[in-house]
Amino acid sequence: MAAAPAITLPATGERELRLDLFRGLALWLIFIDHLPPNILTWFTIRNYGFSDATEIFIFISGYTAAFVYGRAMLEAGFVVATARILRRVWQIYVAHVFLFTIFLAEISYVATSFENPLYTEEMGIMDFLKQPDVTIVQALLLRFRPVNMDVLPLYIVLMLFLPLILALMRWKPDVTLALSVLLYAVTWHFDLYLSAYPNGFWAFNPFAWQLLFVFGAWCALGGARRMSRILSSPVTMWICIVYLIAAFCVTLTWYVPQLGHIMPRRIEQWMYPINKTDLDVLRFAHFLALAALTVRFLPRDWPGLRSPWLRPLILCGQHSLEIFCLGVFLAFAGHFVLAELSGGAALHALISICGILIMSGMAWIISWYKHSADKGASRTKSTGGNADLAGGGA
Amino acid sequence: MKSVWTMLGMTLLAGCLTAVPARAEEAAQPQPQPCDVPAYLLSSDSSLPRVADVVKRGQPLNVLLVGSRSSTIPTQEASAYPAKLLAALKDRLPSVQINLSVELYPSKTAEETHASLVKLVEAKNPTLVIWQTGTVDAMRSIDPDDFRSAIDEGVVALQNAGTDVVLVNLQYSPRTETMISAPPYLDNMRVVAQQHDVPLFDRFAIMRYWSEAGDFDLFSTSHGVELAKRVHACIGRALSKFVIDAAHLDQAQQN
Repeated sequence: MAAAPAITLPATGERELRLDLFRGLALWLIFIDHLPPNILTWFTIRNYGFSDATEIFIFISGYTAAFVYGRAMLEAGFVVATARILRRVWQIYVAHVFLFTIFLAEISYVATSFENPLYTEEMGIMDFLKQPDVTIVQALLLRFRPVNMDVLPLYIVLMLFLPLILALMRWKPDVTLALSVLLYAVTWHFDLYLSAYPNGFWAFNPFAWQLLFVFGAWCALGGARRMSRILSSPVTMWICIVYLIAAFCVTLTWYVPQLGHIMPRRIEQWMYPINKTDLDVLRFAHFLALAALTVRFLPRDWPGLRSPWLRPLILCGQHSLEIFCLGVFLAFAGHFVLAELSGGAALHALISICGILIMSGMAWIISWYKHSADKGASRTKSTGGNADLAGGGA
Repeated sequence: MKSVWTMLGMTLLAGCLTAVPARAEEAAQPQPQPCDVPAYLLSSDSSLPRVADVVKRGQPLNVLLVGSRSSTIPTQEASAYPAKLLAALKDRLPSVQINLSVELYPSKTAEETHASLVKLVEAKNPTLVIWQTGTVDAMRSIDPDDFRSAIDEGVVALQNAGTDVVLVNLQYSPRTETMISAPPYLDNMRVVAQQHDVPLFDRFAIMRYWSEAGDFDLFSTSHGVELAKRVHACIGRALSKFVIDAAHLDQAQQN
């Protein structure tokens, strides 16, 4: 251990297509989950267990960010790597502000056109439009975030701390992970949170969600390899399977209320509410179980990863920041279209499918720009630390 | 080749043309809103023993409804669901004297409301308190834990003061779905209801059911008050059924 470098990186240039695939999948699922419930909603994993696409997303983002900027830190040093990370943070911040502008446009429209007496109370949410001086400043400070716009601010905060995380990882990866777990525990114990404007708190508590991000980074920097023994053991596999089935049965009682009385009350009282804000342990464990089974049954060199059918997913995963933002925008737009047309289930499903097609098409265009339109960029790419590979993605 | 496309286009067009009159016919007959609620949305494991007791003994039933602005329609209180609830209860329980008082706390969170509950109970001496809450908390994104402890304390205080409690959750409001995050508040109300064995009237799920079943167009941009009146009438009726079922009053009446 003493002789070996504290962190090890996989061979250069090899892209982990599984990461792209699942990040692309997470982006699609986040988009579908942001739309009003429709048929496609039944294909999202949150209906079959505790965790949802956000967990996948943050974990993979931690993994890829550590992979890319960890290499930059080894090759070019702390300062250069930090500078690159900060540039990425800036990009994400600008993307967030852009989305906020679109949101503001939507809200302003609804506020002026929609005055149903049934919803007098709910329309009070528009009151913030009366004081744009405060609201917009608070939005720029990331303290005012409308619903569905919580992931990017979380990502910004996590990325801001990435230089520190990487520096610690270079020193002792396991200690870093232990510190992260400690911060998670302290957060739960002392109820730490970041406040939001006008009141309330961050819907994704960065103090808790950092655990997934750091765990992703830890896996990227050699942890996954060291865990391979545990991952391939049948005991782990069976624990994961049993846990996933149990979680599925619990979720079933949410959607089929007739089954509600089967659940023992004692367990219900212990388990609920399953806290998303602070990344409930049940959610984290559910994600781990899913990830363990995925790694076991989907080998790195699975030929399907090269199949044209999975290409759209992988492309989306490779341009995650752009596609995430597009997904949030399309979700706004989808809500809007549904509200204006008051269509039925078919229109709902159609909008979801169109959204996914648009996301895939856009990912393809972006990748065409990278590889064909910006020839100059690809020639100078060898400097490493490419933000896109880091995926930043929200 | 071209003719194939033309044919296809004609067929599609014909399909649309035949579809349109059918829809128009449907719209032309203004049927009374059925707004049925499936049984599972109106069933509760919890009961209302004090209500059952009072009705059995033939005493007057005092109901107190505490709510926020979504428990009324501006300038149309007589059409709002509390009034409809009272009418439906009187209709279903003709032999019982029923009194209803409504206390609205507009723009007050659960925490700001629950302190005054006990005083209200002392003043009005109700058998049943129907507490509608959650909307203001969701709009202000109050910490769900704080929200939960507020309703928790409120429910305990009411039970200690000797009343039955029914909780009523948020309205389903599709137009503000991108702005108000309801799920944490819905979940926490369900948790409290389970912990204290209190029936929860799931207004959110019921209204969403109506919206999906096509009973109401809750996306409507109409400024008129008609939709609100019809929805409130249906909520009042569903709530009366919920209360009667939870208190098992149908059997009590027969005995």
